[in-house]
Amino acid sequence: MTTITPLDETNKVQVSKDQEHEDHRLFGLVAFLVADGMTFAGFFAAYLTFKSVNPLLPDAVYELELPLPTLNTVLLLVSSATFHRASKALKISDSKECQRWLMITAGLGLAFLISQMFEYFTLPFGLTDNLYASTFYALTGFHGLHVTLGAFMILIVWWQARSPGGRITSENQFPLEAAELYWHFVDGIWVILFIILYLL
Amino acid sequence: MTFANSPQANQVSPSLQPKGWLRYLSFSLDHKVIGLQYLVCGFLFYLIGGALASAIRIELSSPISDFLARDVYNQVLTLHGTIMIFLWIVPVVNGAFGNYLIPFYVGARDMAFPRLNAVAFWLIPPAGLMLISSYFITGAAESGWTAYPPLSITTPAAGQIIWILSVLLLGGSSIFGGINFIATILKLRRPGLKLMQLPMYCWAMLGTSILVVLSTPVLAGTLILLSFDIVAHTGFFNPTLGGNVIVYQHLFWFYSHPAVYIMVLPAFGLVSEILPVHCRKPLFGYATMVYSIMAIVVLGLMVWAHHMFTSGTPPWMRLFFTIATSFIAVPTGIKFFNWVATLWGGRISLNSAVLFSCGFIVNFVLGGITGVALAQVPFDVHVHDTYFVVAHFHYIVYGGSVFVIFSSIYHWYPKFTGKMLNEHLGRFHFVLTFIGFNLCFAPQHWLGLNGMPRRVAEYDPQFAFVNQLSSVGALIMAISTLPFLWNVIQSAFNGDVAGDNPWQGLTPEWLTSSPPPVENWQGEAPLVTEPYGYGITNEELAVEPSINDDIQIPQDK
Amino acid sequence: MTILLCIALVLGGTWVGQHVNLLPISASSNAPVYDELFRVLLSIGTILFVGMLGLVIYSLIKFRRRPGQTGDGLAIEGNLPLEIFWTAVPAIVILFVGLYSYDIYDRMGGMQPLQHGEHGHQKMSTNQRIWGGIGSGTVSQAESKSNNPLPVEVTAMQFAFLFHYPKGNIISGELHVPTGQQVSMKMESKDVIHAFWVPEFRLKQDIIPGQPTVLNFTPTKPGRYPIVCAELCGPYHGGMRSAVVVEEPAEYESWYSKNSKEIISEA
Ligand code: HEA
Ligand code: HEA
Ligand code: CUA
Ligand SMILES: [Cu+2]
Repeated sequence: MTTITPLDETNKVQVSKDQEHEDHRLFGLVAFLVADGMTFAGFFAAYLTFKSVNPLLPDAVYELELPLPTLNTVLLLVSSATFHRASKALKISDSKECQRWLMITAGLGLAFLISQMFEYFTLPFGLTDNLYASTFYALTGFHGLHVTLGAFMILIVWWQARSPGGRITSENQFPLEAAELYWHFVDGIWVILFIILYLL
Repeated sequence: MTFANSPQANQVSPSLQPKGWLRYLSFSLDHKVIGLQYLVCGFLFYLIGGALASAIRIELSSPISDFLARDVYNQVLTLHGTIMIFLWIVPVVNGAFGNYLIPFYVGARDMAFPRLNAVAFWLIPPAGLMLISSYFITGAAESGWTAYPPLSITTPAAGQIIWILSVLLLGGSSIFGGINFIATILKLRRPGLKLMQLPMYCWAMLGTSILVVLSTPVLAGTLILLSFDIVAHTGFFNPTLGGNVIVYQHLFWFYSHPAVYIMVLPAFGLVSEILPVHCRKPLFGYATMVYSIMAIVVLGLMVWAHHMFTSGTPPWMRLFFTIATSFIAVPTGIKFFNWVATLWGGRISLNSAVLFSCGFIVNFVLGGITGVALAQVPFDVHVHDTYFVVAHFHYIVYGGSVFVIFSSIYHWYPKFTGKMLNEHLGRFHFVLTFIGFNLCFAPQHWLGLNGMPRRVAEYDPQFAFVNQLSSVGALIMAISTLPFLWNVIQSAFNGDVAGDNPWQGLTPEWLTSSPPPVENWQGEAPLVTEPYGYGITNEELAVEPSINDDIQIPQDK
Repeated sequence: MTILLCIALVLGGTWVGQHVNLLPISASSNAPVYDELFRVLLSIGTILFVGMLGLVIYSLIKFRRRPGQTGDGLAIEGNLPLEIFWTAVPAIVILFVGLYSYDIYDRMGGMQPLQHGEHGHQKMSTNQRIWGGIGSGTVSQAESKSNNPLPVEVTAMQFAFLFHYPKGNIISGELHVPTGQQVSMKMESKDVIHAFWVPEFRLKQDIIPGQPTVLNFTPTKPGRYPIVCAELCGPYHGGMRSAVVVEEPAEYESWYSKNSKEIISEA
């Protein structure tokens, strides 16, 4: 499930005024990310089972190159940090700074996608070559989809964070917070993926 | 991305929503409307699924394959299973009653995310129609509701792909619903209402939603891999390309075993609401009920491989799953004994709602006992994939969940419509359903034990008589829907006026008008800290009157 | 009174378990063990079901609201000892059932390491695992009688079973086996998942493509029993039947020599 459905805005018919709505939406997002994480968990479980139960023939085994994915890991980890800077900047209403950091984050995400593409084209196996190849592409592809989505989210947030006229301000931080949470999640998944796919 | 939209622009104020019956066809954000949308939509799918079941039973009334062609038979049984599970039981016990009741129970005016809620509902009709239309356009999927590869990879692809797509949509709907329920129950509780004061249905829905959020995505991922195998010719589950078919089974059942508790835990919750009202007694053992729900959730996540005892799993795995599965009987048993203790010493009105609830207890105990038998590996190797299993799960899904749905309709219909249902017709409906149901499914135990496999259009002539018996039972069940339909439709127009609280219930949905106003209560939401305070005098009851005082506190009877 | 009822219930349930026969005849050394488990489960099940049924019906009659009656029932909200009691009883029953069925499982050979392939008539590629289940080891009683199982290779395809006897190089559509002789089958599927099921043997094992499975059994009663495919495998799944012919060893010998000669002369 990769579609992000609009989480609901302020709900006027609310009884108790003492609760903040942002809370619910973030809570809902966390629940959604748990669900999304379970999808990945299913893929990881499948991959690990395939690996232990259906070992490949020796000639099909291929050692993955490490430099590129390591670079990717660094890119994503740094982008998490830059996103954090953006949200910090927003908290003190420095929208210029916030936009700048968002742009950097989006750029890092894009760089990740490009380098991932590059890896796809240089790999010696294709999607349907063997079980290992298929699972590799399914996992990284599904993750890449998440990164793409996240990058779009960041661009929208960037546009909305422009100083006069944008809707994302220090009063309305939710969209940025949501995108940030999602981005950290996607990062975290990548780290697990990196360990399982490349290091194990 | 909606983050771009302004909250104001997105806000459809309630007054812009259609009024009258038309709002049931609209993208309404009112949880009560959405609940009834789920209910009616689910019931229509039930009629279709039931019609397919009738086709199955007609085919099986003779040992040869005559009424349906063999591949059509497989399509029919696949559609039957899929529709009944994903379009009838799951949406109704979760979506319909959950949406209608949960906001009342937590003292909220609506669900946490009304728009997500409407989206979740509106995913269902297109998915269902797509699934059914595949039968007419390309031929439906024909590999059973379990869609085991490699069969599902080798049967005609179009039908299977449509099946995958619609199950993905329905799974998505279910996940959105689950997120919404968790947020509503945990976050929208009226201040002052403690978790352990919530009506039991909230706990059941909390447990169910946890299962939904944890297990449905795994099914989604699995089906995506399966569709890759079909469309892109990858080899995840295709042994000729080096894939592993057993991995699919593990992933599938990791969802689909919890799914059976997704179908039954809410039903448990509904029974816990219905029985105390009509027995005029508090629910027995509130705390143990809560703990047993949570125990079922935890255990339910780790028993899936009991569907795979003949799939060549290693011995230690079989043993582990046998024991884990058997232990589910303990928390489930606690709930059943608690219900019997709720009946005990009550002032029970023998109305349709109670009859269906008690029918549920009896049927489910039988289905549960056969379930525990199935959990024993040595027992299961004989009866796996036979009619014994078919009997087991119909005792639970029909005798359990469907009986509870009927019971709930009898119980809440006055709240939904403001009109009473006809009791005589209701009891008649119960008697017919109970007899038809047992006649249909009890003999199937014998069939399975004696050698009739499931999913066959033709069988050994020695089983003809018992199959005909079963078909007669199905016929009685089909007939039994008629008094029900008649009752529900004509009571909406001519039924006796119900009044706000015909059963003198204490849970919050009864403390407002029938049908309830758009934001549930005229004044502030009532604080009900003892939802089952029957038998306690009025003064001791902790029902805080609303500010406007226009909420009726049940008078002492 | 209550105690009397309980005793009657337990006795009645046990009687039902012992005397109601719902199973087909038993024709393998595995089947009597199975039937023993079945009788125990049936007894327990009957006791529990009739007990619950009785309780529900009794309360519905005894505690029904009589005409003119108003007011609520007793406000009993719980009773800890009672709740502990009915947590403990099912737990004990389950524990018993679990241990007992473990014992049965063991006696059926479920816990033994795989036996097939010891007689060296097939080559196994190292990266293929063989899976088995019940009857994949030796059935203990049969072990004393014959230490030398009869190997058979089973191939399943849409929609037929093929039986290959490596010793006489016989290929047959029906399975012929002698009584009292342990049979060891290695099963492979050509296309989709099938399952080998002989109701009279109380044995079933899926036949999985890409993953050979084994099934060992010892037939005990001469006769002709159906082999049923129990896993949905396509439109003709219902027609995927064969038969196992269990014969006295002498008869089997004559079938064997007749067929194996034919094949050899052809070859
Ligand atoms: C709502 C649906 C639902 C529910 C709640 C259950 C509940 C249970 N199920 Fe069932 N099951 C299905 C739906 C359901 N099942 C379906 C659809 C299938 C077939 C899928 C397919 O292949 O298509 C299936 C198949 C199935 C199998 C696989 C059979 C096979 O294919 O070979 C097994 C095996 O272990 C099993 C076991 C159980 C058990 C132990 C429970 C337990 O939860 C039951 C617990 C309840 C009780 C035990 C009764 C009450 C307790 C007491 C009164 C206390 C005292 C009792 C004792 C001490 C025993 N089920
Ligand atoms: C989850 C809920 C559920 C429910 C409620 C039912 C309800 C029924 N089921 Fe279902 N069944 C399943 C879930 C369910 N089933 C599943 C999951 C399978 C396995 C599928 C698989 O193997 O993949 C299965 C399989 C299954 C089989 C086995 C098929 C096979 O293995 O070959 C049989 C056979 O008797 C059967 C019969 C019935 C009958 C007679 C009913 C009856 O209770 C139905 C009663 C209702 C009616 C009879 C409706 C009456 C109304 C009309 C007839 C009017 C029609 C009007 C219009 C359409 C406008 N079912
Ligand atoms: Cu082969 Cu069913
Ligand atoms: Cu299960």
